[in-house]
Amino acid sequence: MISNDMAWYMIIVSAVLINNIVLIRFLALCSFFGVSNKLETSIGMGMAVIFVMAIASSASWILWTYLLLPFKLEFLRTAAFILVIAALVQLIEMYLRKAMPALYQAMGIYLPLITTNCAVLAVAILIIDYNLGFLNSLIYTIAVAVGYTLAIILFAGIRERINIAPIPEFLKGYPIIFITASLMSMAFLGFSHLFGL
Amino acid sequence: MNKWNVFVNGIMKENPVLVLVIGLCPALAVSGSANDAFGMGIAATFVLIASNILISAVRKFTPDQIRIPIFIVIISTFVTIVDYTMHAADPVLYANLGVFVPLIVVNCIILGRAEAFAYRNDVLSSILDGIGMGIGFTLTLTVLGAVREIIGNGTITLLNYELLNLGEGFKPALMFIMPPGAFLVLGFLIALNRLLIKRKG
Repeated sequence: MISNDMAWYMIIVSAVLINNIVLIRFLALCSFFGVSNKLETSIGMGMAVIFVMAIASSASWILWTYLLLPFKLEFLRTAAFILVIAALVQLIEMYLRKAMPALYQAMGIYLPLITTNCAVLAVAILIIDYNLGFLNSLIYTIAVAVGYTLAIILFAGIRERINIAPIPEFLKGYPIIFITASLMSMAFLGFSHLFGL
Repeated sequence: MNKWNVFVNGIMKENPVLVLVIGLCPALAVSGSANDAFGMGIAATFVLIASNILISAVRKFTPDQIRIPIFIVIISTFVTIVDYTMHAADPVLYANLGVFVPLIVVNCIILGRAEAFAYRNDVLSSILDGIGMGIGFTLTLTVLGAVREIIGNGTITLLNYELLNLGEGFKPALMFIMPPGAFLVLGFLIALNRLLIKRKG
């Protein structure tokens, strides 16, 4: 999948398009379906995810490399990462509210939602599983988050259109949304094997 | 609510995946075959029942302000147990489920039941709730996996045993075991469940 000897632009193409976190890898679906009913909120959510993911996975990379690994505490990975991520999101929220009220206004309400966003923990675990170095893991994380943002913005555009379309009674709501996601996933599947990846 | 209602609630009327639409990530990601889906369901059910018991048992002296971190620590303990046990007992299944095993910790169903049920009810009800919700989750995943596998691969395997094989003559629609098939089949399952509930009144 992703490895240390891949060029940085290959990592980006792979994470954004070929292995899109939402449509191909099925992560962060709760927020993907929950927040995507308006274009504006999807953009806010996307930005918040990029921001939090970059900080959270850097923190967990450091925690893993300098604390858990040297002291042979690998079995604490799940517990340690989820606690660090939850605490970090709280911290970011408090800091933003005090220091950058404008930015907090724009994405503050999405921050608590991100704690339960499985993609944040998943990326923290994946960069460990792939054995990535710090720089590569940062590139990978940001690319994954950009892939999420791309998917949710495209999806919100389609959903705004679906709202005014005539839909058969029993497909209204979630069923039609899932079918739409299926079609989008099919479109993203078309990127597979791009550049021989 | 009597004990029987608590138990059957999770299977249809409040089915976590089909009605509450939570716990989607594992439901979609590992349902490429009935076998993987069933394994995931059992793993999540174990964590759900065990964490429900413990959270319900300590609810009287859990401080209200820090209950969520406490829930998370309890849940992640059981997830780590499942992680290591599965790694030893069924390495193939473990490899297929991949990152979704540690991700049980952020499964909304488990934290959701801890907060909404186990924290407010006695141990016995919490066990029943955990079993009911677990069966609802496992059943949905297995059905989803079986439908995808039969259309996409022409087989159904459960517990590493091939139950059904349509043979060489069947031309599988590969799309169903690939990502788009997961969204499509789940969409129609939700619609079907709605139709059934409406029929029953």
